[in-house]
Amino acid sequence: MTNQCDVLIIGAGPAGLRAAHAAAASGARIVLVDDNPVPGGQIWRDGPGVKLPPVARGLRATVESLPNVQILTGTRVVASAGKNAERALLLENRTAGWVQHFDKLILCTGARELLLPLPGWTLAGVTGAGALQALIKSGLPVRGQRIVVAGTGPLLLAAAAAARHAGAEVVCVAEAATWLTVLGFAAALPRWPSKLGAAGALGLGAFAAYRAGAQVVEILGDDQVAAVRLRLGSVETELACDRVAIGFGLVPNTELGQLLGVALNPADAIAVNAAQQTCLPHVYAAGECTGIGGNELAQVEGTIAGLMATSMEAGDARIGAVQPELRRRAHWQAFAIRVAAAFPPPPLARQLPRADSLVCRCEDVPYAALAACDNWVQAKLETRCGMGACQGRVCGAATRFLFGWNPTAPRHLLAPARLATLAARPISIN
Amino acid sequence: MRADAKPLSLRINGREVLVPCGISVAAALALAAPLGLTRHSLQGGSRAPFCGMGVCHECRVEIDGLRMLACQTTCAEGMKIFTDSLKTSSGGGSSAHSFSPFSKV
Repeated sequence: MTNQCDVLIIGAGPAGLRAAHAAAASGARIVLVDDNPVPGGQIWRDGPGVKLPPVARGLRATVESLPNVQILTGTRVVASAGKNAERALLLENRTAGWVQHFDKLILCTGARELLLPLPGWTLAGVTGAGALQALIKSGLPVRGQRIVVAGTGPLLLAAAAAARHAGAEVVCVAEAATWLTVLGFAAALPRWPSKLGAAGALGLGAFAAYRAGAQVVEILGDDQVAAVRLRLGSVETELACDRVAIGFGLVPNTELGQLLGVALNPADAIAVNAAQQTCLPHVYAAGECTGIGGNELAQVEGTIAGLMATSMEAGDARIGAVQPELRRRAHWQAFAIRVAAAFPPPPLARQLPRADSLVCRCEDVPYAALAACDNWVQAKLETRCGMGACQGRVCGAATRFLFGWNPTAPRHLLAPARLATLAARPISIN
Repeated sequence: MRADAKPLSLRINGREVLVPCGISVAAALALAAPLGLTRHSLQGGSRAPFCGMGVCHECRVEIDGLRMLACQTTCAEGMKIFTDSLKTSSGGGSSAHSFSPFSKV
């Protein structure tokens, strides 16, 4: 295993693959790391239950064939190993842990779903909306199951389509946004024809089951999902189902960047300049870790980051070299702004957890215990909220939404790791 | 990932299960038992894969002696999978089986 490279890219989704492709032209030695079994990220997740679009197949095959790109899948970043400004990360895969040195780093860590607590959300059969899509792509059997998809945002339609395609019966798609908002969003779509086409296809498929201004307020069941309580206006109904897929949009994965010391922007994504460069000159970032914007934007940003990280030119001349990419980036950024404005997490979601509803799923911390705390640090100290296996990835964003708390920057370790990995090298603990 | 490939033989909690080639361990658990449970929480609640993408760690299971995430692991011939294993009973520092090398605040 080569432990030194010129460009280390974390995340092999659309942004990371584009970054690797663009950077490879310079002849630089590139290592592309991803914790999933195969490249593609979430949107291009490959598996037995999916047929990838040709552009995804083509890009992945191209990057896999590049002699100066080494792809390390099933590999997780555990910690920073950069003592004394050394550029290095501690990585772990199934069999080993090692320190990976680099000259430039491109963070393409993507986004995760905003998953908000409500009564019953820990029952078996409840997943995120994007989660259901990902699980189905990887072979989860849902044929014949009755599924409720709920939350807000365009991802609900994609999740419903994936479920239906896999043989499930989608009994309801409950979109929290109003019809006015949904139709206003749809009316703006012709500016982005590919999105219009996708939304049209998904929307038609889900039309009969689609409810705007609707929200799942409770998930019922003993040990597994049996039904949901659906609120539509002032009316509540009970819908029997086998699964619930519920998502409230996406949260940028900024933890690794924060650990390294990069600054965030007001939207809590990694702040970058026009060259996709963070406040640390040797660290670039692209894709949804810099702001939620979708696949096309991630690809453009990845290309820019890959070119910039390997460019020998200085300043303005470098930016000038990617003018077409910059225009495309602006086009897709405008789309991202539309999505964010139309589908914020609904305020009603703040009122759904009951006193005994678990908010931190790792440490089983109920809402009432957290409501008694003033801030994230106090909650961690007094309740262990955010101190379990996921290290606050789920409850951190949830408590930010529920209580307005600001989770502290992550510390070592970023993920549970083996002692043997930690022994590979003393890590720097600040 | 060919659908017509020979099924894989796994052992889930000691029981032999045949699954299609290319699926994740999370999918295999759901094929083997309707709920596809992975663990029980500190208070004893049954848990199954939740985020589907390696974030929430609800799907942590023991695979061939190692603590792994079922949603990010592809099934391989002969895999030995245990749910509710001691190796996966905690991720933080509060339960009897955990070992947390660093204090975290």
